[in-house]
Amino acid sequence: MSRYLLRFGVLGYLALLLLLPVGLIFYRAFEHGIGHAWDAVTTPQALHALELTLLVAAIAVPANTVFGIILALALVRTRFRGRGLVNAIVDLPLALSPVVVGLALFLLYGRGGWLGGLADDGIRILFAVPGMVLATMFITLPFVVREVVPVLREIGTEQEQAAETLGAPPLQVFRRITLPSIRWAVAYGVVLTTARAIGEFGAVAVVSGRIVGKTETLPLYIQGQYESFDTSGAYASSVVLALIAIGTVVALRAVHPREEESES
Amino acid sequence: MSGITAIEVTKRFNGFTALDDVSVTIPEGSLTALLGPSGSGKSTLLRVIAGLEQPEAGQVLIGSEDVTDRPARARGVGMVFQHYAAFKHMTVRDNIAFGLTIRKRPKAEIDKRVHELLELVQLEGLAKRYPSQLSGGQRQRMALARALAVEPSVLLLDEPFGALDARVRKELRSWLRRLHDEVHVTTIIVTHDQEEAMEVAGQVVVLNEGRIEQIGSPRELYDAPSNEFVMGFVGPVNRLGETFVRPHDVDVRLQPEEGAFEAMVERVVHLGFEVRVELVRDDGQHLLAQLTQEEAEQLELERGQIVYVRPSRETVFSRSGGSPRSA
Repeated sequence: MSRYLLRFGVLGYLALLLLLPVGLIFYRAFEHGIGHAWDAVTTPQALHALELTLLVAAIAVPANTVFGIILALALVRTRFRGRGLVNAIVDLPLALSPVVVGLALFLLYGRGGWLGGLADDGIRILFAVPGMVLATMFITLPFVVREVVPVLREIGTEQEQAAETLGAPPLQVFRRITLPSIRWAVAYGVVLTTARAIGEFGAVAVVSGRIVGKTETLPLYIQGQYESFDTSGAYASSVVLALIAIGTVVALRAVHPREEESES
Repeated sequence: MSGITAIEVTKRFNGFTALDDVSVTIPEGSLTALLGPSGSGKSTLLRVIAGLEQPEAGQVLIGSEDVTDRPARARGVGMVFQHYAAFKHMTVRDNIAFGLTIRKRPKAEIDKRVHELLELVQLEGLAKRYPSQLSGGQRQRMALARALAVEPSVLLLDEPFGALDARVRKELRSWLRRLHDEVHVTTIIVTHDQEEAMEVAGQVVVLNEGRIEQIGSPRELYDAPSNEFVMGFVGPVNRLGETFVRPHDVDVRLQPEEGAFEAMVERVVHLGFEVRVELVRDDGQHLLAQLTQEEAEQLELERGQIVYVRPSRETVFSRSGGSPRSA
């Protein structure tokens, strides 16, 4: 009996909290037919926003994947002064409000900021793609690190040492032993990073200046549409955003369908 | 194939001295055990020889070459770890082939070598399995094949049977002994189990607190231990004041005898052929006597019975070392 209660409790909670609102978006988006929704997401402005979103993610995700793996290796496999501090700093983006992140970047790169001079040299950071990429990288930094660190701890160093005694130089040890051992953690981290990069609103909103048709990512575009009372356009673009997110998760499931099973 | 020499090796970890000025020679082609309790430095010595730890002082020679400054990958050692260190994402075949793949050997040669090794370690037919589909004993034999694949000049085994259950451990011990007779590669096995060391190795190096206590054949260690520690570590021992007596050198009689002292039987433990008698003297000192089943039957020992005990062989250690004498 209590098992059913638990099951219905969990399902009910999820339905009410997650499925119902997202489902409503889908419903409202297709209310006036698929054609109408298609038109709404293929306007030049919407397409540009989608392109920009994907571009920012295409730079931020690989960068944070590579850096995340290196950082995780440094945290687990080496001892250095200030390791505890670095470990804490990695979690900062999770704790800090994205708007604050945006403002911090604004202060650094804005007029009068430490690196504000870059704009005078023709390197535009704020109100341009570089700033949006930086903001997104800041926000999505922890995901790969946090997924990889516990797995690195768990696998230990014996396999790497065995490979070393068998003649493998450090890079080969990494490529043939370490990387395959952490691949699912990396993949999961990439999915979370991607999802967050695509959906990021607050920090990007501050640094982008929200120039319509120029520095608007999909989340910014959606909010803009909503505020200008084009609700069906906002809903349709929301569906695009939701589909990308769902697609990422499904892609991971497809290549790694037995996530629950241990790989021991 | 080469011998191994460690010269005045010292290794510290955060102020803890794991190896204190250790020198030892491992003869070419021998099977040598590093024996000692945990924390004695035996594993550290093995890892220093492998190149997985860098010593603060001292030298390591493999053959006649000084390898102290060489990384592990360039030392030509084969290493087997206590917890197998199996490459979990590779098949048995790829595990064994790893060293050869790194060396970019042609596929046909690798296949041939893997096939030979699978036969040698009796894992034929399991080439396509993953380590998670093997038993502990099978995994360790795979690890051994992997280490042997690159034809190492020395084979280093770090508590290789420590994670296995008692029966498999015994099987693998005698198997390793036979394997060594076949392959003849200079081998060091680290163990804390004196029985394992004495059964497998031709030479045993006893370590304690980062220092070498004694080096010798199993028989020398047992019959002529150089100090109290070695005597106690390689077998059970009774201490009677300044003298040490092995339980099988304790004669138990029913009648008083010259040189014998009185003791009471506390417990009689039947272990098949061996019967262990726990005794207590009137001064409260406990001691153990080891009898054969036949002897025990003749004596008909019972709990609470008074018997007369005389050591037939005892050892006294002077400052300079042991001097066993027979009484």
